[in-house]
Amino acid sequence: MRSFCRLFEELDRGEGNLARIQALASHLQRLDPADAAWTLHLLLGKQRRRLITARRLRLLAQEITGMPEWLIEACHAQVGDTAETIALLLVGQGRSAEGANAIDSPPTSAAALSPRPSPPAAANLDPAAADWPLQRWMEEELPRLAGLDGAEQAAALAAHWQALVGGEILVLNKLLTGAFRVGVGPGLVVKALALASGLEESLLQHRLMGEFRPSAAAWQALLAAPSADAVPASRPYPFQLACPLEPERLAGWTPSAWLAEWKWDGIRAQLIHRSGELFLWSRGEELINASFPDLLAPAAGLPEGTVLDGELLVWPAAEPRPSSFGELQRRLGQRRPSTRLLAQAPATYVVYDLLEAEGVDQRPQPLLERRRRLGLLLEALGQPQLRPSSPLPLADWDDLERWRARARDSGAEGVMLKDLAAPYGSGRQRGPWWKHKLDPLRLDAVLLYARNGRGRRANLYTDYTFALWTPEDQPIPPGSGGSSGDPPMAGAAEPWAEGSAAAAIGAEPEGARTGRRLVSFASAYSGLSDAELVEIDRWIRRHTTERFGPVRAVQPELVFELAFEGVQRSSRHRSGIAVRFPRISRWRRDKPATEADTLATALALIQP
Amino acid sequence: MSLPADGLLRLSPEGLHCPVADVWIDPWRPVPHALITHGHADHARPGSGEYWAIGSAEGILRRRLGASIDLHGLSYGQILRRNGVRISFHSAGHVLGSAQILLEAGGERWLVSGDFKRQADPSCTPFEAVRADLLISEATFGLPIYHWQPTATVVAELIAWWRSAPQRASVVFCYAFGKAQRLLAELHRAGVEEEVLLHGAIQALMDPYRAAAVPMPPTRPLSELDRSASLAGRLVLAPPAAQGSSWMARLRGAQCGLASGWMAVRGARRRRGSGRGFVLSDHADWPGLLQTVRQSQARRVVLTHGQGENLARYLREEEGIDCSVLSRDDGRSESRSEED
Repeated sequence: MRSFCRLFEELDRGEGNLARIQALASHLQRLDPADAAWTLHLLLGKQRRRLITARRLRLLAQEITGMPEWLIEACHAQVGDTAETIALLLVGQGRSAEGANAIDSPPTSAAALSPRPSPPAAANLDPAAADWPLQRWMEEELPRLAGLDGAEQAAALAAHWQALVGGEILVLNKLLTGAFRVGVGPGLVVKALALASGLEESLLQHRLMGEFRPSAAAWQALLAAPSADAVPASRPYPFQLACPLEPERLAGWTPSAWLAEWKWDGIRAQLIHRSGELFLWSRGEELINASFPDLLAPAAGLPEGTVLDGELLVWPAAEPRPSSFGELQRRLGQRRPSTRLLAQAPATYVVYDLLEAEGVDQRPQPLLERRRRLGLLLEALGQPQLRPSSPLPLADWDDLERWRARARDSGAEGVMLKDLAAPYGSGRQRGPWWKHKLDPLRLDAVLLYARNGRGRRANLYTDYTFALWTPEDQPIPPGSGGSSGDPPMAGAAEPWAEGSAAAAIGAEPEGARTGRRLVSFASAYSGLSDAELVEIDRWIRRHTTERFGPVRAVQPELVFELAFEGVQRSSRHRSGIAVRFPRISRWRRDKPATEADTLATALALIQP
Repeated sequence: MSLPADGLLRLSPEGLHCPVADVWIDPWRPVPHALITHGHADHARPGSGEYWAIGSAEGILRRRLGASIDLHGLSYGQILRRNGVRISFHSAGHVLGSAQILLEAGGERWLVSGDFKRQADPSCTPFEAVRADLLISEATFGLPIYHWQPTATVVAELIAWWRSAPQRASVVFCYAFGKAQRLLAELHRAGVEEEVLLHGAIQALMDPYRAAAVPMPPTRPLSELDRSASLAGRLVLAPPAAQGSSWMARLRGAQCGLASGWMAVRGARRRRGSGRGFVLSDHADWPGLLQTVRQSQARRVVLTHGQGENLARYLREEEGIDCSVLSRDDGRSESRSEED
């Protein structure tokens, strides 16, 4: 555990990637197989199980530090992370070895002098707990902690907090809340693994797909010589990804050498049929069998040893185009969808590619051959829920733009272009696959509310809610939860309860044209540079009109151009509309708030 | 929230004003008579008629506000009388020549802390605890997550980081006035004797420190180093604004670090992008703020910039001290202290 914490600190310091790869590789080489497996598991972010809620952890910290709840909340708002907040507070109170040495002056706060919880557990605690191997912490100690009852759990955790030093408390807390993440991506971890083992990155990537149960055996299997590779039935292949099309390249290419098809707006997924079992993996490497029984049943007829790559969509049989992404979201959350939901939102799997046939890896084959075989396979299956993606004929490159112009009407988010001669690669390679997405929709909106971000954006106001103009006497569009005559700021008691700055009603700005008011319609936090974020943060602090917990209402002055993928009616939003994937495309410093767009403009963008 | 109406100080558009003595403390705009706690830009501004400050701050103030300003140098504890008000300056331990300013009249003692820290600092005089009836204090790091480690620990970490990269330069970003010289003095204390290279902005403020005989390793502006000279293994100090500037071209491939109290929080470190954070502040941490409030025995405490609202509530609810936050209507009270 101690050496794992040092690794965490080293990786977290943000030195160059090369240094981090080397540090990780040499660390992995020093570990015994079980600890190496657990280290890998944690660094890949595969430990998602929450053993203790962040809230419970904060309550325990409150008990132990004797600090008022509001003060811990204020600290949390500044830090943006429960695990770290508690670690900082405990170190500050000298409850860890490091903190005890760190105090220049005697503890001065009344809280610091409050009695520590009686330490019955501390007496039982192995003083060398910090030196236990990671495996022991992960397989024995943390599950034991999670299984204890209230008072016992508090005492046991207090004992650990007391025995560990600052950085170790942080790691322990993160492991307990299932929020363990370091600033290293999977690509970097695989590179380090390749460096440590001498194996090919692509091989390691493939072996790491799907389930990885950390154990000495799993580690040894991961690093086994290539020939000894026994593929578990469930293991998916790494997904091939596309790069945004650079249209100037088209002139050098022959249309007939390329496959064009819709870029559907669903969930990319791999369907595996091996050893008599079906596995449906999302691109996020989650097994989603349980959510899609209506696909698994027809897929059971696929031949043994088949792996498909395609897109999950909700697509009722009689409809010419798939339903919106929102309908698919209803399905994703349901591990046991009701018969009613299955009827309302039936799933379809549009298949792009054939990765394995008759147990043989098809990825080295050219796309043309894979698609030919895929067509035969799905025809033989004869199930409408599994349909091949239709090619979009290309006589010349102008056709590509013509198809793209029709994408929104077809329910797609753009067009894909794939090299018919290329094998199936792994990850995002430039060359064989290109995506040509629709231009996003854009609206100029007024910044109305802000709240602080999380993680590296904690203590900066970076999460914004934007508003559009609507006539004062205009009833809110049908389906809206809000009433039309709300006074400014009414309903403002909820904005933070929903975890976003949204949902409050707009305030009539002073000095604006009369007869209009602002109604909030979208929240966004991405798209601005760090420098802009800092500048806007300062502005927000100086132009706050009211505060609601962590949310600030600001003078409606700043205008931003928002980009988004679509607009739908929504009864859950006060504006009566919901936008898909909103992000900030630029700061309109040139526009006064009075010239921002209206809700009517947004309503006109709704798909028929 | 404002100050008691009939007290020694009130908040005017120019800043904290004592009408009886006709003086302002760290005024934001030009005034006839300015008392200056220290030379940081958010406390010392140009254009006032007469200035009073600690003598050792003179070099810095003349450099920043103009060589010809009408400046009266004072020593710590020296009494200045103006229209029945006794005014004295007391060490704040923040930077060279930094002071808390005490006003006394009619048996009332009002203390303006300016920026201060409680940790020892070999580049300036230590903080002096002063008793007061009303204390106006900074609260930059007014949350219990801010708790400074002993300086020697942080400096040892910095030296180990520097020594671990003998093949390239190590650049530490730190505020040009105060933090840089404190770091140099701490390096000297830790036994570093080799030359440290400086950005021009830091070099410009070295003379007053050398004049005050603060022991520091030899220094040289990077610009004076021969362009063909290797920077491998050299330590370079630069202000945070130099990061990403063209000045850094010569330091391509260097490892970078930032010395600041804000580095205590991981999110703030990560926001800075690549580079190591060293938690080193010239402001008081949470225990230091509480200790200072208690030692002042003030019946009433007014907090200025930083996390004032949280500290004020804590003092009110947990310690029963009458405490509020002094806010300027343009919200400036909330903006972060720039130098840390």
